[in-house]
Amino acid sequence: MVETLEQFIPYPIIALVIHAALPLAVIFPYVLFAIWMERKVSAHMQDRLGPMRVGGWHGWAQTIADMIKMIQKEDIVPNRSDKFLFKFAPYLAFMGSYAAFAVIPFSSEYIGAHLDVGAFYLLAVTSVVTLSIIMAGWASNNKWSLLGAMRATAQIVSYEVPTVVAVLSVIVVTGTLNLMTISEMQSGSIFNWMIFHSPFLFIAFMLYFVSSLAEVNRTPFDLPESESELVGGFHTEYSGMRWGIFMLAEYADMLLVSLLGTVLFFGAWNSPFGDFMSGPVWGVFWMISKGMVFIFVMMWLRWTLPRLRVDQLMDVCWKYLIPFAFINLVLIALWEMLF
Amino acid sequence: MPELRTEEMVINMGPQHPSTHGVLRVELVLDGEIVVDAIPHIGYLHRCFEKHSESMNDYQQVIPYVDRMDYVAAMSNELGYAIAMERMLEIEVPERVEYIRVIFAELQRIASHLLAIGTYGLDIGAFTPFLHCFRDRERILDIFESTCGARLLYNYIWVGGLSHDVPLDFKEKVRDFVKYFPPKIKEYNDLLTYNKIFIDRTADVGVLPSEVALNYASSGPVLRGSGVNWDLRRDDPYSIYDRFEYDVVVGKGEMGTVGDCWDRYIVRVREMEQSIRIIEQAVEQMPDEGDVKAAVPKRIRPPEGEVYARTETPRGELGYYIISDGSMSPYRVKARSPCFVNLSVLPAISRGSMVADIVAIIGSIDIVLGEVDR
Amino acid sequence: MKKPAEIYAILKEKFGEEKVEIKEDAKVAPWMVVAPDAIREITKFLRDDDDLDFDYLMCLSGVHYQKDNTLGVTYHINSTRKKHSLILKCIVSEDNPHVPSIESVWKTADWHEREAYDMVGIMFDGHPDLRRILCPDDWEGYPLRKDYKVQEYYRGMKVPY
Repeated sequence: MVETLEQFIPYPIIALVIHAALPLAVIFPYVLFAIWMERKVSAHMQDRLGPMRVGGWHGWAQTIADMIKMIQKEDIVPNRSDKFLFKFAPYLAFMGSYAAFAVIPFSSEYIGAHLDVGAFYLLAVTSVVTLSIIMAGWASNNKWSLLGAMRATAQIVSYEVPTVVAVLSVIVVTGTLNLMTISEMQSGSIFNWMIFHSPFLFIAFMLYFVSSLAEVNRTPFDLPESESELVGGFHTEYSGMRWGIFMLAEYADMLLVSLLGTVLFFGAWNSPFGDFMSGPVWGVFWMISKGMVFIFVMMWLRWTLPRLRVDQLMDVCWKYLIPFAFINLVLIALWEMLF
Repeated sequence: MPELRTEEMVINMGPQHPSTHGVLRVELVLDGEIVVDAIPHIGYLHRCFEKHSESMNDYQQVIPYVDRMDYVAAMSNELGYAIAMERMLEIEVPERVEYIRVIFAELQRIASHLLAIGTYGLDIGAFTPFLHCFRDRERILDIFESTCGARLLYNYIWVGGLSHDVPLDFKEKVRDFVKYFPPKIKEYNDLLTYNKIFIDRTADVGVLPSEVALNYASSGPVLRGSGVNWDLRRDDPYSIYDRFEYDVVVGKGEMGTVGDCWDRYIVRVREMEQSIRIIEQAVEQMPDEGDVKAAVPKRIRPPEGEVYARTETPRGELGYYIISDGSMSPYRVKARSPCFVNLSVLPAISRGSMVADIVAIIGSIDIVLGEVDR
Repeated sequence: MKKPAEIYAILKEKFGEEKVEIKEDAKVAPWMVVAPDAIREITKFLRDDDDLDFDYLMCLSGVHYQKDNTLGVTYHINSTRKKHSLILKCIVSEDNPHVPSIESVWKTADWHEREAYDMVGIMFDGHPDLRRILCPDDWEGYPLRKDYKVQEYYRGMKVPY
């Protein structure tokens, strides 16, 4: 892909920058759409209509209007806060999730970086989000923020374990950490998808989905924010565009885990109909639409379920998910040896 | 290695906090996420309506003030005040008025419990039941609106009668609601009550044993949630509640211990079913003819004396202690508000729980700060 | 189920005539005047006696009787098992308004007594935490006294508007 760009653009450095910025072309419209969709999904589940005015058809321009409003807002930094960390935290949150998009194969032709340790890199770099949450919570100089940050750290660090083991289950089957190779292995028919590979991989997917919900702080695991207990958790003191960037990062994170789930279990950019509707451009379409299905499920859960308590959250992780994940890993390894 | 220093963190929950249901401030002493002590501070909404009433020069004009105590169950407040005054003045209220009052009081109970259940779901983190509850509460408010023009603060029940008659299609509307509502209760149960996460969050949390509940004089769903079979509608009958068949719901500890948050919650849900039963019977028995203002006194000048009357509002025992010195304005009005008393039990049941449990406990006590502070 | 007169007979026998006095002439229900120094023992007896079994303090109110220059505390108590109720009153002078706290008998008296202290200015001796409850801690005067004049300024804010 970089080579193609370099043919058109005289300076290689510009070609590289454009190449690196390409996922933004997906993320920004996606976030605008996802926030609108979240509002619509929640509204229809709650017997309401949701935004109906801005832009005409079903309020499609509501998020754009909100974004413009948010940019215009005053940038409030609390007086006794750690100003540098406070200002930097939202960017770090977005950096963490954006850096991970580098190894997501959006189509057979486009991937940011052909890393052979793609999956490993992705899991490592998303941990930066934890750091940003701690930074935000600490720098706000607000006890609620601090509590939220503590919860977030404990939660993300714990749930990283089942996530990693679930990813590892796929790696055991594919034998590679390169996400592009994993995608290519699943091409052909729908039955090559990892989810249909063995019953244990289906379990692995469920484990992955549950723990990734916790990774991106969605209900029922949205304790770091839990607006009814901790006011707003780690972003209590944030407003305007800085808060908006946290929001952006949260939705980008959702997309990231959904896309990773798609790559690992649901055939990445491969068409479900074999050769029909397949190709590099269709690949992007399939990738995004499979991801959106997961995002819809996340929204569905969010507007249905209550929230767990912090000790129950830890129970779910350490007493159920992690043992299951490990047993499952062993069983997958056995399955691979036998068949 | 030097010893690590640990200390407890004092944190103010409220007065601006999404889950304190108004302007309650709870001073929490935390050890990590564990609550060491919780000290409620109230009074942010204190208007001292008791002082205002003393210079009102008219007993009837106190009613708008009592409306504003428990502003989500204003009809029940008015009923309590009217009953206290009628006892003092020895007024016989016409049949028809009694039935309309009971129907409205029970509709108000449902509306208030819907709000309690909805916001409780919100406290636990489930947003959707809240709006479903509001959708149905809206139907009750529509009935109120068509009767007296107001949706929250009615000034409808007067001493000796009502401010005016119900609209012509009143019975029809109430019957429609009675038919419409029971399936919705099942919906809430499916969505929230028997949700595993919800049960985990509320069962065995904030356990209030029955002796403690009595010693703290809790009332209403809080007392019944602790398994005490006590309902003023049955045990200290007022109005015409002795004519209807209904059950008093008590908590049985189905999901955990008797007197936990889930019990207090389920008492409210089941009480709505019982209220529907009462409304159903009352609509059938209600006479069609009769002047609702027949017994309303032109001017109220009670003899010297005092009265204490209590009624069962959605939140518990609302008592009015009214002293008259024979003049046109009350000498002393004291409202024994159920929320004020129920809230005083908070420190006793929240020690040792977690921050998230405090939210669950406050929500399960179901306070309205307008009534706590009066 | 006992009538107030029967309860009075029991109390008179136990505590003596000078400690309790019944007023039958009251309009809605008869009430008893209890000497302040005996209120804690009497309420404790009312709570613990098996026949009386008053387990529920419904209401505790402070009243200012301006005509007599006295302050009163009214206790409305009730038994949830025996289903009878009783009204007790303690009358103290305006100059020395001290009543023993019954917080140790019924916990609910805690906040009620704080309210009576806040609003009428009755001192409850032996109360563990007698602070103002509804008004700010540094408010002046007792709002529900009949001769109450609102303060001009509260922390620099004009109060009567």
